[in-house]
Amino acid sequence: MTLLQVKSLSHSFGGLKAVQGVSLSIQAGSLTALIGPNGAGKTTLFSLMSGFIKPDEGDIVFKGQTITGLAAFQCARLGLTRTFQIVQPFAAQTVRENICVGAYLNHPRLEDAMQLAEKVARQVGLSGVLDQAAAQLTVAGRKRLELARALATEPKLLLLDEVLAGLNPFEIQEMIPVIRGLVSAGVTVLMIEHVMQAVMSLAEYAWVLSQGQLIFEGTPANVSKDDKVIEAYLGQGMAQRMAQSVKGTDQ
Amino acid sequence: MFDLSIVFSSVLNGLTMGAVYTLIALGLTLIYGVLHIINFAHGAALMVALYGVYFLKVKLGIDPYLALPVVVPSMFVVGYFLQKVIINHASHGKDENILLVTLGISIVLENLALLLFNSDTRNIETSYTLSTVAVGPAMIAIPKLLSCLGALVVSLMLIVFMRTTDLGRAIRAVAKEKAGARLMGIDVEHVYAMCFGIGLSCLGAAACFLLPAFYVNPTVGNGFVLVAFTIVVLGGMGSFLGACVGGLLIGVIESVGGLFLGDSLGQVGIFVIFILVLLVRPQGLFGLKA
Amino acid sequence: MKDLRAIAIFAGLMASVPLFVHSGVVLNLCMMALFATLLSQSWNILGGFGGQFSFGHALFFGMGAYTQGVFQIQFGLNPWLCLVLAMGSSAMLGLLVGGLSFRYGLKGSYFALITLAFAEVFRILALSANFTGAGVGLMLPLSESVGNMQFSSRVGFIWLMLFWVVCALLITAWLRRSRLGAYLQAVRDNEDAAQALGVDPFQVKWLACGLSAALMGVAGAFYLQVFQYIDPALAFGPHTSISALVGAIVGGMGTLWGPVLGAFALEILSELTRNLFGELPGINMVIYGSLLILIMVFLPRGFAGIRWQGLQRDVKRTPSSGSIGVSASVKGLEERLQVGDALTSGAESQPKSDRSKVQT
Repeated sequence: MTLLQVKSLSHSFGGLKAVQGVSLSIQAGSLTALIGPNGAGKTTLFSLMSGFIKPDEGDIVFKGQTITGLAAFQCARLGLTRTFQIVQPFAAQTVRENICVGAYLNHPRLEDAMQLAEKVARQVGLSGVLDQAAAQLTVAGRKRLELARALATEPKLLLLDEVLAGLNPFEIQEMIPVIRGLVSAGVTVLMIEHVMQAVMSLAEYAWVLSQGQLIFEGTPANVSKDDKVIEAYLGQGMAQRMAQSVKGTDQ
Repeated sequence: MFDLSIVFSSVLNGLTMGAVYTLIALGLTLIYGVLHIINFAHGAALMVALYGVYFLKVKLGIDPYLALPVVVPSMFVVGYFLQKVIINHASHGKDENILLVTLGISIVLENLALLLFNSDTRNIETSYTLSTVAVGPAMIAIPKLLSCLGALVVSLMLIVFMRTTDLGRAIRAVAKEKAGARLMGIDVEHVYAMCFGIGLSCLGAAACFLLPAFYVNPTVGNGFVLVAFTIVVLGGMGSFLGACVGGLLIGVIESVGGLFLGDSLGQVGIFVIFILVLLVRPQGLFGLKA
Repeated sequence: MKDLRAIAIFAGLMASVPLFVHSGVVLNLCMMALFATLLSQSWNILGGFGGQFSFGHALFFGMGAYTQGVFQIQFGLNPWLCLVLAMGSSAMLGLLVGGLSFRYGLKGSYFALITLAFAEVFRILALSANFTGAGVGLMLPLSESVGNMQFSSRVGFIWLMLFWVVCALLITAWLRRSRLGAYLQAVRDNEDAAQALGVDPFQVKWLACGLSAALMGVAGAFYLQVFQYIDPALAFGPHTSISALVGAIVGGMGTLWGPVLGAFALEILSELTRNLFGELPGINMVIYGSLLILIMVFLPRGFAGIRWQGLQRDVKRTPSSGSIGVSASVKGLEERLQVGDALTSGAESQPKSDRSKVQT
């Protein structure tokens, strides 16, 4: 079933067309990647989808309901939560308190929220630091906290914005099963990612954004072969040059 | 209802006061534009400068206009010191802290004045205090006229300074892009302090122009603070043009408002404008959207 | 619950003071300290927990005081009923001012400025209107009786004020454990992040403003009952606004006992100064202002917040956005790991072995 449908979404910042006519759909229970070179407009697209920015044109339909123009907190209450590329912890509060804020969404009582917070912390691997102040966590810890907080809102669709950025290979290896675990727990995930190993191993499907427009969609394997994608990342004419060099080495 | 010449006179008065307001607002908007500090101590600093001018006249017999070379640099030093030593160390990376520190400074200055000089309202007498000159159908007091001209000249000087001198360019660089300016070798802390100093030296000049036609007491700063903020917000935070236009506009509104509504309610008019601008168009007339 | 027990002990102690102490000076000090406490507690709800600094909180104080006065004098209503009205009118004003300000997205300095402007407007209006007594102010006719909320000795006022201080303590304790409180603090710490978690920033700030204003209104009504006089300067002037915020900040914003500590400390300090230097005009405020500056430079979290001092330095503000972004430098990470271990007594920390060679 289609959980999220984005129809011809466009938004400009002054003269800069950040997102142009983007249409995509996300199936429930899937783990999809949104990739593309820097400056493609991926985070802007996330902000548009989650209500942080009102699109100039286009519509967003979530769980069959049109949510275009709804405020961010309203989207979150409907089950559409996003994380931030630059982590935004509640620095002076403890990890537990941070996650609780998310948990309170569906559990108004302190005890219930705390219980959920502890469960989510376990899921994400933060059980050991629940009483530390968020400002004291390592980068990896903060990324997990960002994820945990969003998870605590018990979302239907989770938009992860570069949750692996800034992590070393060991930490990435630790995070991948956590993310995979989200889907088995019933959360649909759309992730912006630059770490290609993660995209390849996690995502069932990928959308490629370049300069505000969708240039390709498909399985990760197909994505890496597409000319347009190669050119978006490596520059114009690269696809041809690469094909020629392959032909050259064949002979 | 009112004789046109009275209204004209009121407008003229408003313009002359407005010029002084502009000078005050320029200092405030400079400080905001560069340091992103809302200087709550601006009014109290003006009050300090006014007392300085007052005592120079009363104790040493120095005419306010001749006191410019003394008061302006002194206020600069005060400003430099306040920023470098106190405000700089209070921010800890949060804007709210700076708000509170400048509030604290204003409280201390105002009440020190109360303590040292008691609450009497004082003004000075000069040979030209009571002379007037005719401008069209209206009579303008000479001190007011001089203050207007002086304020305009100094404002112009400030604007030219910002455009042509190295320091002016450094200040504008820091205002636009602090990290980049630092990479270019500009000592940002020094520039900040210089800026705050310049902002307060505007007050020094304003005080010299203001006292002959005005008065001083410990709470005089309060009245100016809100008006100065109104001007800066109306004109646009960080915009020199805005401060100029806003200053003159508010001066006229205050004067004409006072004419029709009485002094108290005329003041209310200004604050209502302030509130409306904050709500509806916080970037003011010429400011950038925050 | 730890908080409730502490509040009960505090209430018991304070309530018994008038029974054992008979010195007029001490009782007066007690009463004024409790009064200052309520001011700071009320400011703390919006400023400390909500992160919205009001520089014109006297607005609500004056509203309460004048409501209390006008309804008693012009309409002859019973003071206890007037107290309810005072609380209500201040709360409504709080909702109005907060509603306007937050609906239009005012934050930080702009919010501080607008509260200042509103306080000034009301001061001038009170100065001009007849039913508020204009410049002369309002005087309550003397009529001592419990039914009239006028007590012959300070004791009655102490217990009355203590009741409200305890109410404010209970409300603050509730904020610390409730969803509204958690949401409020989340909005204070990072509004964008809070929104992403389903928090409606406007609603939460707006409610806090109304609540804070209501308590301030009670303080205003109380002032009138004790001193039987109010005028525009006392009601809406900077003195009250400043007392409210300095007490909360010096004691520790966003804490339960901070405002109590700060207000009591400031009152005792004022009394000492009065004894040492006599009635020097302005000396009180010079001290308050200096304390404010010193606290901001050396101890921004106030005395009750000392525990958190080290953490403030880690939080950097990004220039253009309104939210706090945290950037971690490699060196800083290693320091933080050590600090983290030292500060978290008992809680397990992450294994350090492979973390010390973090690459970004």
